[in-house]
Amino acid sequence: MSVSAPPTARRPVLMSARIWFALLIFAGFAALPLIAVVTDDPFLLLIGTRILAYAIAAMALDLILGYGAMVSFGHAAYLGFGAYAVAILNSYGVTDLTLHITFAVAISALFATITGAISLRTRGVYFIMITLAFGQMAYFFFVSLSAYGGDDGTPLATRSTLFGSAALEDDRVMFYVALALLIALFIVATRIVGSRFGRVLIGTRENPVRMEAIGLSPFRYQLTAFVISGCMTSVAGVILANQAEFVSPAFMSWHRSGELIVMVVLGGIGNLTGAIGGAVVALLLEDWLAVLTEHWRLLFGVFLILMVLYSPHGITGALERFTRGRK
Amino acid sequence: MTNLFILQLLNGAQLGILLFLIAAGLTLVFGIMDVINLAHGVLYMIGAYLIATFAALTGSFWAGLLLMLPAALVVGLVIERLVIRPLYARSHLDQVLATFGLVMIVNEGVKILWGASPLSVPMPELLSGSIPLIGPLQYPVYRLAIIAAGLGIAAGLYVLVNHTRVGMLLRAGATNREMVSALGVDIGKLFSLVFALGALLACFAGAIVAPILSVDTGMGESVLILTFVVVVIGGIGSIRGAFMGALLVAIVDTLGRTFGPILLRYVMEPSAAGQTGRMLAPMLVYILMAAILFARPQGLFGQRTT
Repeated sequence: MSVSAPPTARRPVLMSARIWFALLIFAGFAALPLIAVVTDDPFLLLIGTRILAYAIAAMALDLILGYGAMVSFGHAAYLGFGAYAVAILNSYGVTDLTLHITFAVAISALFATITGAISLRTRGVYFIMITLAFGQMAYFFFVSLSAYGGDDGTPLATRSTLFGSAALEDDRVMFYVALALLIALFIVATRIVGSRFGRVLIGTRENPVRMEAIGLSPFRYQLTAFVISGCMTSVAGVILANQAEFVSPAFMSWHRSGELIVMVVLGGIGNLTGAIGGAVVALLLEDWLAVLTEHWRLLFGVFLILMVLYSPHGITGALERFTRGRK
Repeated sequence: MTNLFILQLLNGAQLGILLFLIAAGLTLVFGIMDVINLAHGVLYMIGAYLIATFAALTGSFWAGLLLMLPAALVVGLVIERLVIRPLYARSHLDQVLATFGLVMIVNEGVKILWGASPLSVPMPELLSGSIPLIGPLQYPVYRLAIIAAGLGIAAGLYVLVNHTRVGMLLRAGATNREMVSALGVDIGKLFSLVFALGALLACFAGAIVAPILSVDTGMGESVLILTFVVVVIGGIGSIRGAFMGALLVAIVDTLGRTFGPILLRYVMEPSAAGQTGRMLAPMLVYILMAAILFARPQGLFGQRTT
């Protein structure tokens, strides 16, 4: 597998630095509503919630991309499953957030198990193209789902309810619920990566043949990781639908899948914090470029190519070089 | 019913020929250079925009087509030199990212240069109108011309790949790149040639389809994904696989969209059949891909067990 990944044996110092960075980012997020009050900018919370959702999705993708060397180019499909889980249950009068998340995770688990089992029969370029194709399949399914607006999507009548209360209608509550979900999933992902399961996954990334030789079946571990990652991403979709109060197939276009990969690589692959940081930086950069010019995609594309050619390990790589250089 | 079937079969063949022209370049780039190029669909779009411009400038479709070809070659060589060449030694992930960036740049660049509204290319006088096929059945000449042109190019590619020295190198490169370069072949030059050839074919496909489609910035995207499906089904690096895969995908897609709802009417009520058919039809090619991969993970004509 030709995905470049940082060496497996990480220094413990760096490990804790990674956690510290995560805590710093979370603290920054927690303070955001305060900044929104001070600057009197209510949009800050909506942007913040959107960033939190993508941070969850990028972190979930990093779990398989960074630790399992599976470059999934169809991960936006799970964002869509999460978003449509909200829209579909809402239309049947079921508005509870926990039920929305349960439904989103259930659809995603089913889809990820089937498509993952087929995609994992292949590797490398094939895997990338097949996950992309399956992502598009899901996209076209929702485009032709005329009951929910088809191509145009459908607005949500209400946000999800939290244990029977409409607390999420308040942008601040929505923001903190998203932050709580991000932190909870970060802890889960960190636990997974540190567990025996995670070590087998990393071993498979490094050398699948050797893992088989010591009696483990890489396929099962990779598929499990693929399913877990898809389910986590769908939680981000639930948040996005609630943030936008709108659901459309645009959530799951292949551009979105590409942007998720951009976030992970921008932050540095194979350490969950990087993906979160990458999501923050990528979305802020997008917003900032969009203010500069309506043709921001052109600039973003140039930025991407330059990043790949000159700083392939993303922000984490740059930080590591910086700290090493000072010693 | 039979008439409709023949019409749709021809439409499928025409789409298949287009897909083949694009997939042929893509599969060579994958197979020989081991580069995943998301920007291949963009080249198809560039071809359409180039012919729209040149045809408008010269007032003739044919002159536009003639001018488009060298311009396409230049575009291909420039992209290869600036973006693709530094990526040869990189991971697939880096290639995905950089070519994804390229897609964003070209899509936006096209919007800046030509505006966001769709362009149209006039049908050449010589090939407009329809000819009768069987009984009352009519078919547009231009679509038949596309099929003929595509078959001609497929035959040309067959000769090039199987009966020339360059073709021998291409086949050898697709099987074992390192060995070819160890035997003293200038692999860099071969790569540039392959990429330029692929770019030329994709641009040509975009150019000949321009008179029957509206030329807009989204046209590369839908085709790109279908082309990926074609390459995966046919097997990476195999031109024959690309040809078979393209026809299979296009015919399944076209027939599925028309006959899916009709067939479903036998098992369910008409309105439900229409709706289910519309939902299932776009997914059909992906289900086909999944089924083929399940049986043959390396694709129908794939050689390497990647």
